[in-house]
Amino acid sequence: MSEPLAGTEPLIDVHAHFHWAGTARADGGRVNARRLEAGDRIGIRCHVASILGTWGHRSPTYFSSPADVRAGNDAMYALAHAHPDRVRAWVHVNPNEQAAALREIQRGIAAGAIGIKIAAARRADDPLLDPIAEFAAENHLPILHHLWQHRTRHWPGQDISDGADYARLAARHPRTTFVAAHIGGGGDWQHSLPAVAETPNIVFDLSGSGIDRGMLERCLQWLGPSRLLWAADLTLDTGLTKLRALEHLGLARDDLALIRWRNAVRIFPPGAFPVLGPEEAR
Amino acid sequence: MTRVDVHAWIGGYPWRHLPSHDAQSLRDAIEREAIAGAWVGHLPSAWWRDPAPGNRELASALAPHAGVLKPAPCIRPDWPRWRDELAFALDHGAPAVRAYPTLAGLGPDHAAWLELGHAVAEAGMVLVLTQRFEDMRQRHALDVAGDLTAAHVRALARGTRAHVVVGAANRTMIEETHFGLTAAEQERVWYDMSWLWGPPDDELAVLLTTIGANRFVEGSGWPLRLPEQLRAARELLPTAPERAEFVAAGTLVRLAQKTSSIAPPL
Repeated sequence: MSEPLAGTEPLIDVHAHFHWAGTARADGGRVNARRLEAGDRIGIRCHVASILGTWGHRSPTYFSSPADVRAGNDAMYALAHAHPDRVRAWVHVNPNEQAAALREIQRGIAAGAIGIKIAAARRADDPLLDPIAEFAAENHLPILHHLWQHRTRHWPGQDISDGADYARLAARHPRTTFVAAHIGGGGDWQHSLPAVAETPNIVFDLSGSGIDRGMLERCLQWLGPSRLLWAADLTLDTGLTKLRALEHLGLARDDLALIRWRNAVRIFPPGAFPVLGPEEAR
Repeated sequence: MTRVDVHAWIGGYPWRHLPSHDAQSLRDAIEREAIAGAWVGHLPSAWWRDPAPGNRELASALAPHAGVLKPAPCIRPDWPRWRDELAFALDHGAPAVRAYPTLAGLGPDHAAWLELGHAVAEAGMVLVLTQRFEDMRQRHALDVAGDLTAAHVRALARGTRAHVVVGAANRTMIEETHFGLTAAEQERVWYDMSWLWGPPDDELAVLLTTIGANRFVEGSGWPLRLPEQLRAARELLPTAPERAEFVAAGTLVRLAQKTSSIAPPL
């Protein structure tokens, strides 16, 4: 087998998604297989993934019903159990059902989830998120929150948050690590970076289809390599693109390792990545 | 096989700062990606009412890089004496010209739009279009002209004999164009693959199957976008034969043969 396109150093995708039979897509199984296959080709050691309910089939993706949240999570746990070395799960919750969300997180931990995924069913700085953030701190679980960079208007289908909203939540919970989702996932990324720069418990994932020149330089300028996590989200090709662009920027090997995997090891619970050797996982 | 980036620019962008946008930086970027040359537009001219000064700037900036960077001057076909700019392009060895109809307020049925198509075909040049400059979700509040539509491209393909490259086109736009044309019309339209997602959804792979690899060329969108995307998309195609076919068809050999009155692309 040829060397992975991104080299042999560990690589963790902290923002991945899978499909399951409860969605409207007939080709979900093919898409899942392609993620794993292309991930192997790139050199991704572990996909930390979530399934957002039924992806809109029975309730909206970003406003998933409690039943769909549970069903999607169960499908995600099944995938993680089927691929224990290379797939780990986020437990997805809708904070509008606060008690159910907390129960779902506990159920998720028992099923092996290593972090909490919040989509866009409630503004990030809403007090409804506080018990979830507190629970995350107590259990050393990072929170991955879907963001829209610079919320200048409302868009259909999401109760959208931006970096400033997220920073207010993170400031209330300094012991919790918050992952801001997909700097390349749409919206004004230039706004998000300074908006969260002074909130050290927010880290950013680099996923999303956006491959604007200048974006990675700004990420490094505002956050530095210790607050960036490599990820791909829905487009593995743009993830590989950004990884190569980072190399071209001349990052030191240690800094690149932070972004590729070391920061992930730091923010997730101990032992979250059995695929890494004992030395790497430390 | 020679690779050419048919969708690059030099010059600044109105809505955000770019790390670099000069000709030497473009040359460095494509060389890093093993791309032999580029068709280069002047990015600010897309928004200027009269693109003529931008075309002069473009020719001057690219002169030291002749043989590697070819000018693709901007034409605004509703502007007085626009044919002078077409002549300027021919005089400077341009393989292509660029146009931005939505930024000029031209709908697909505007008479000037078809006049441009006829003139470009007669000149034996290629017309390079751009569906979008950046993601719709991040645009500046003043950036409201809208994307190039499939109807603009269909109008050219149906009403003229112009050969058209559509840059930064997404899957929907490509399908609405391609399947809205006759087989003969389809043969005059190419697309760059920079805005087609790879795995796991595999939009690019799907289109290589449904539309055909021979309809695709390579365009980076530099200086707005990372040129590394071209290589990543190709390398992540599902199977080795598809990757090889794409590399072969992704050159401009066929396109150059169609536009016989101009010099080879490089």
